[in-house]
Amino acid sequence: MKFMDEYRQPALIQRNLAELRQAITRRWVIMDVCGGQTHSLLRHGLEAALEDVLELVHGPGCPVCVTPAEAIDAAAELARRPNVIVASFGDMLRVPGQRGSLLQARAEGAKIRIVYSPMDAVELAASQPDQQVVFFGVGFETTVPATALALLHARQRGLTNFSLLVSHVRVEPAMRAVMQSAETRVQGFLAAGHVCTVTGYENYHSFVAEFSVPVVVTGFEPLDLINGLFECVQSLEQGQPRLSNQYERSVSPTGNLHAQRLMEQVYEIVDTPWRGFGRIAGGGLAIRPEFCEFDARVRFQLADAVCSSDVDCRSKEVMLGVIKPPECPLFGNQCTPETPVGAPMVSSEGACSAYYRYSRSNELTS
Amino acid sequence: MCLGVPGRVAVWIDQDPLMALAEIDFGGLRKRCQMACVPEARVGDYVLVHAGVAITIIDEVAAEKLLATLADLGEMNPQEASFP
Repeated sequence: MKFMDEYRQPALIQRNLAELRQAITRRWVIMDVCGGQTHSLLRHGLEAALEDVLELVHGPGCPVCVTPAEAIDAAAELARRPNVIVASFGDMLRVPGQRGSLLQARAEGAKIRIVYSPMDAVELAASQPDQQVVFFGVGFETTVPATALALLHARQRGLTNFSLLVSHVRVEPAMRAVMQSAETRVQGFLAAGHVCTVTGYENYHSFVAEFSVPVVVTGFEPLDLINGLFECVQSLEQGQPRLSNQYERSVSPTGNLHAQRLMEQVYEIVDTPWRGFGRIAGGGLAIRPEFCEFDARVRFQLADAVCSSDVDCRSKEVMLGVIKPPECPLFGNQCTPETPVGAPMVSSEGACSAYYRYSRSNELTS
Repeated sequence: MCLGVPGRVAVWIDQDPLMALAEIDFGGLRKRCQMACVPEARVGDYVLVHAGVAITIIDEVAAEKLLATLADLGEMNPQEASFP
């Protein structure tokens, strides 16, 4: 497919990897904060190919993973009520709450539908006027315009049986939390390409200045990732931490203003709990009071999300980049993608899950 | 989760600012996508689609420029890959 295949050419990958290796004189610690990038680095064998010269760590980059267990339980509880259907993205179904996953709830008769887009849930509501349809929406800023649009479409169409149970999180405050941690070893960041497509990257100027670390806006294909790492390494080698955009085909400095207007119209910034991480200041988005009739927490009188201390593993250290997933004693035995204990094991884009799945892969670099 | 899939705008269906809709061609597979975030997209443009919503128009000039840079980088210093 155009704009994907060109960035996966094995010969170019080999050459650029060799070039990158030559530029490195120290084993820098570089963090990505996007599950899609984590997944791609491991799937395409890039991390393995660079292991001896670079330390790649994977931050809290998976919104499915950091969704509080309580939000999953709330969605499952709603789906058990008569005349309520919960719709969500497929990757939310396996994530365990404190009382099981949505998949288990569905097996027990709860009405849960998988949709590709929040807009599909709006259509579902329009076609089933006698049912309340709740879209359980999670995601970083990339996904927020889609749920905002769904809410506005429902309002425009006069649908009184559609609402959102949202657990939206913001990336930059999480990066801030990583750098403010006393244990952090992170020396540079790959910024999440599709989040920046929406938000732009001008907000990272102050981040770079405050923490003296390079931030490189990076795409998802193997060549994009190598190129992003190359820029990050050069910035570190030169001792000049800077902000750079290596994903220009999708990201402009100011981002997508239409998308930002939708976000700001529907949502406001709030402090929010991140599973495995604790409460992050400004780390989430909540539906504005003027749209409360579309807020499932208001419509169904649910309690606010809380941050339970239910983590028995070292997932927080994984997400801070302090340890690698295999260093956790539970990794691969008590904690697997089938029976996850910690947040980064729950979805395929979580760092632990990606390690578990691809630890022996080097599809493109071998 | 933040997966974005590139596709070509095949035909506009609705140009209302809020309800904007177009048919997008993903390498032969066509799907209707929300266009409220890319109202300026024209037929033939490539957009990046996430969860049914087009979130940007792909800048083809920037894409070509990066590929050219990456190709040059390898050419300037042709050598055998020396990593394991």
